Amino acid sequence: MSVVLRAEGLWKSFGAQTVLAGVDLEVDRGDVVALIGPSGSGKSTLLRCLNLLERVDDGRIRLGDEDITDPRVDADRIRARFGVVFQQFNLFPHRTVLDNITLALRTVQRIPRAEAERRGLDLLDRIGLAGRAHEHPDRLSGGQQQRTAIVRAIAGRPEVLLLDEITSALDPELVGEVLELVRELAATTTIVMATHELAFARDVATQVLFLDGGRIVEHGTPAQVLGDPREQRTRDFLRRFHQD
Amino acid sequence: MLIAAASTVVLAVALWLAVVNTPGWAAVQRSFFDPATLVASWPRVFAGFLLNIEVLLVAAVGVAILGTLVATVRTLRGPVFFPLRALATAYTDLFRGLPLIIVLYLVGFGIPGLQFTTTRVPAQVWGTIALILTYGAYVAEVLRAGIEAVHPSQMLAARALGLSRGRALRLVILPQAIRKVSPALMNDFISMQKDVGLISVLGAIDAVRAAQIQTAEAFNFTPYVLAGVLFVLLALPMIRLTDWYSARLRRREQTGAVL
Repeated sequence: MSVVLRAEGLWKSFGAQTVLAGVDLEVDRGDVVALIGPSGSGKSTLLRCLNLLERVDDGRIRLGDEDITDPRVDADRIRARFGVVFQQFNLFPHRTVLDNITLALRTVQRIPRAEAERRGLDLLDRIGLAGRAHEHPDRLSGGQQQRTAIVRAIAGRPEVLLLDEITSALDPELVGEVLELVRELAATTTIVMATHELAFARDVATQVLFLDGGRIVEHGTPAQVLGDPREQRTRDFLRRFHQD
Repeated sequence: MLIAAASTVVLAVALWLAVVNTPGWAAVQRSFFDPATLVASWPRVFAGFLLNIEVLLVAAVGVAILGTLVATVRTLRGPVFFPLRALATAYTDLFRGLPLIIVLYLVGFGIPGLQFTTTRVPAQVWGTIALILTYGAYVAEVLRAGIEAVHPSQMLAARALGLSRGRALRLVILPQAIRKVSPALMNDFISMQKDVGLISVLGAIDAVRAAQIQTAEAFNFTPYVLAGVLFVLLALPMIRLTDWYSARLRRREQTGAVL
């Protein structure tokens, strides 16, 4: 197994509030890493630090052979090597579904329009939305929008796909179609996902990290962390979770 | 529909009779609405009006460029950009406060006074620059409000795809910002359409200046009325378009669409 992404001792504060307090992470190619933990435990911030949307205060992140926390690296170039999907989709409302997918391909990766559109249509076809390519995103359902956002994130063939609670804003009946797509991608993609879908994590993840207060409290296989947690705090979290 | 038409006609007739029956009407009619003067002054006033349109078009392009630049600079963050930001803020404060006519005098008579060029620059060029400076400040503020009204998550999503800040602004944020503030921008344009008439104070022979000359020659104010009518005709399509567009935006917002 080759390590794709390695984070060591990540610290991040917003003002007086410490959000990450020494987080380590190692992601192998093909891994699906599930970050679980209560709201405010630092999951989203960790994801944003990994692709440099936020700068860490301390610690190092290596993507492949490169130290991307080195202040001299071009952050835009690094971000293009990640794919990100947000809780609120964040599709561009003034552009068509297809344009949403091809925008970065054409401008950042400089792929000719025809080639980019062919790739975009192929991807839309895989999720059954090729027929909606020229509509604007507000015409789609929440599940369709989120699947479009996922396709937008993988269109540039990123080395790591970051998913930030991508089903939390969806109506319950739309969650399934989005998770189904993630499950499909998991076979061929390296994924780090913050999620509250514990059953899904247990099924698909290769590693589970339980975060609380900006620290990794427990780290292991899904069966171990979710089925037989060692730490009391993990047990408390899971118990509260199952009561909900 | 019928009731509306009938009541409009009644009101119009009543107003007409009230004006026509004033004691001075005959004299006013002679000096403001004289057909012979109208025909005689038409070529000059219309030629001047073409200059107004020319200045308007050039100024509109200049305002768009300057306004966008200044709005963008004002949204830059980070201490490095403080001097630029301060300069942009000072500019919008100054030129939104200064009356256009004073800007016209300062630019039109002040800059040539520096004598950094020996060739004589036509008055309408200085007029255009003064218009760009004044309206650029208004448009910059409107655009800035639009940029700030676009949710920050849009910038985040664009940057996450690897777009640089400039690209994200140009391809993702600005198009949405302009849509949000287009009624305000269109209003500024309408306002500028009539303010191009003020370049006459610098001596440019535009519609207003031409009307002034014709009035002095004919001892009759009809050329001014003619110029006024031309300006109104120019503004009307834009005014209707703005009304229509604002109503459409309102409808779309009420149906819950994002744009």
